[in-house]
Amino acid sequence: MNFYTDNPSLSFYLHHPDMAQVTEAREQGYSKTEEGGPADNETALRQYEMVLNLVGEVAGEVIAPNAAEVDHVGPQLVDGRVEYAPGTRQNLDAIVQSGLFGLSLERRFNGLNMPRAAIVMAAEMIARADVGFATIWGLQDCADTIQEFADEELKVKYLPRIYEGATCSMDLTEPDAGSDLQSVRLKATWDEANNCWRLNGVKRFITNGDADIHLVLARSEEGTTDGRGLSYFVFDKADGGMTVRRIENKMGIKGSPTAELVFRNAPAQLVGQRKLGLIKYVMSLMNGARLGVGAQSIGLCEAALREAEVYAASREQFGHAIGQFVAVQDLISAIRSRTEGARTLMYETARWVDLSASSKAAARIADILTPLVKMTASEFANKCAYDCIQVHGGSGFMKEYPCERLYRDARILTIYEGTSQLQVVAAIKGIANGAYTKLIADYDAKAALVATEGEMAECLAALRARSAEYEALYAKATANGTTDPLFDHMARKLTEHIATTVMGYLLLLDSARDAHFMGSLKWFLEQN
Amino acid sequence: MSGLKIVVLAKQVPDTHNVGANAMNPDGTVNRAALPTVFNPEDLNALEMALQIKDRVPGTHITVVTMGLPKAAGIITDSMSRGADAGFVLSDPRLGGADTLATSYALSKAVEMVGNVDLIIGGRQAIDGDTAQVGPQVAEKLDIPQVTYAETLVNVDAKSIELTRRLADGIEQVRVNMPAVITVTGTAKPCRFPHAHRLIKLDGMTVETRNADDIKPDLERIGKKGSPTKVKKIQNVVLAHKESQQVAPTTEALSELMGSLIAEHII
Repeated sequence: MNFYTDNPSLSFYLHHPDMAQVTEAREQGYSKTEEGGPADNETALRQYEMVLNLVGEVAGEVIAPNAAEVDHVGPQLVDGRVEYAPGTRQNLDAIVQSGLFGLSLERRFNGLNMPRAAIVMAAEMIARADVGFATIWGLQDCADTIQEFADEELKVKYLPRIYEGATCSMDLTEPDAGSDLQSVRLKATWDEANNCWRLNGVKRFITNGDADIHLVLARSEEGTTDGRGLSYFVFDKADGGMTVRRIENKMGIKGSPTAELVFRNAPAQLVGQRKLGLIKYVMSLMNGARLGVGAQSIGLCEAALREAEVYAASREQFGHAIGQFVAVQDLISAIRSRTEGARTLMYETARWVDLSASSKAAARIADILTPLVKMTASEFANKCAYDCIQVHGGSGFMKEYPCERLYRDARILTIYEGTSQLQVVAAIKGIANGAYTKLIADYDAKAALVATEGEMAECLAALRARSAEYEALYAKATANGTTDPLFDHMARKLTEHIATTVMGYLLLLDSARDAHFMGSLKWFLEQN
Repeated sequence: MSGLKIVVLAKQVPDTHNVGANAMNPDGTVNRAALPTVFNPEDLNALEMALQIKDRVPGTHITVVTMGLPKAAGIITDSMSRGADAGFVLSDPRLGGADTLATSYALSKAVEMVGNVDLIIGGRQAIDGDTAQVGPQVAEKLDIPQVTYAETLVNVDAKSIELTRRLADGIEQVRVNMPAVITVTGTAKPCRFPHAHRLIKLDGMTVETRNADDIKPDLERIGKKGSPTKVKKIQNVVLAHKESQQVAPTTEALSELMGSLIAEHII
């Protein structure tokens, strides 16, 4: 089975008209042909497609078949080190052998210089196979932080290793510093004699905690208590000084080791500049991580859709396959529509992220779309997993079918890399300053060009009515100003409203290229 | 030890999972143009065997040879994306309509054209014919030893190769001097995936094509002319048993069988 070729939506978004801008920006005007870069958009997309096709094969042939056993066996703690489940090891071997680590790296570090819009597609397929494994694979994004902010010496030391299969972790949270990272206490002190920093303290809830390469947020400025005293460090496990104290026993993504780490005089190097750890580097990494959770969520939605469809087609009751009953069809439509809505929003966001490197305006749009993706996709993943079990009836409650694993795996998605509640906080600024309203007006102008008659025009009218509803809602929320608790109270509703409207416009624009998406658009318009 | 020179014989075959109404020509031959095609599965096992030898013997060079329509070029790029070094399509209307006798003759001439080959490795059989005759006939025509039903690579040195063979009643370990022909079963290690970097490097590559003249054959022995086999009739055969499994007459084996029947909801 190939998770790329069996899902035409992926090729549809890979060949989105705006991808021409993305590939041109990524390849700096196609000026990198001497180092093996593509000479034009068509070549770039063809090459991304070859790689994605390979990811689809590895995901479908290796990672998905291993998922149930990996969930069952899980990683083990042996002498202060994490041992992956055998299936996880096989997955990693297949990924390394097929050259699928380091997709975003520059070519001089053995990377493929792929844009975010293509990488999240790979992430989506891997998550469809196994969300737990997607967390391990996705942490290669740590390379982006090193590539963007570290000095040349560190890049040369670490980046080629990522292509060769060195795994990564982002060590941020501590027992008393979860959502509030400003409270991080793990200490970094300068060791003059050995010309390195030394890390001492505990990190908790670290995904893939026993990775080869760690990015560690630590307090380098003695006497400080807030985010301005934190710096970012890179730590090489091979240098010693770090042990794993425990592996958490989790509800879902059980194949992904979540670990508590003890650093004792662990040698480390500073990434970038001191004091910018949280306020610049982690924040920049966090947006990427949130997009990554979006991809995990959509992969899970797709898996739920497939499981529901297969079961509904094969299970017979009252003399018919249950998929022939409208009540079951409604459930499957809901799963499909949420999947497609979240997906179009994610690829749109990824394209803006790619354009951010060369455009501040693009970066602003990427910033306001990212929390919408993280919140919407992760909440949808939970709903899709729930509905998938509902399609299965009593069998779905049993352990024999993958849907119960999807249900457990989905639960973390609305929590890690910023809870849904924190995504609302991230969106508030864009609500208050009208950035979303402007963005929606831009989509409306584009939609007006293609939705000139028939169903398309009717859908556009419905979307405009939704925008009017938003204005009324916003007026109510801000009746006492944006500092009043009423505004905070209504912020989630406003954020959800915006997300649905944006997804509606994007599905309308997609429908102009392929009428298939009209079904999901109508489903969204029927919801309150 | 310097590297070995290996030729892998691979075939592009109709995807038998997707056979439509026009799969056969009226004359009883396969209508190749109308069918989706795939890399013959056991030839992928053969390629993996060659790649494992290359892993062990640095400097080994693998050439993949396929005979068929020009569109079989996909087999060559696929093989190269997985680690083969070179390859070509042997394509010529004069080679068309060949049975196993003519095919093995043409392939043996192609191997001679490559020259100084240590090992010729192919799949046990192709899914469109199921004859398992081509590999052995190539060995006969080249007058070199053959190891059929090879499953695992045990050892390889400058002069010989040691393999296990999967037979109906057990496993046999053999050593053969090179040059030799090896045919590999579908139970051997599956072929490794393509490598992303190679895929991109191969993008836009033109696959070499060779015609009948290049292999300098006796023209009477190739294609339809060289094929004594005549298809008289095609018949659909439905097999009564799909798969069988032997269960030992012990309590453990029977309870294991019961366990798997319960797990599959059969009982």
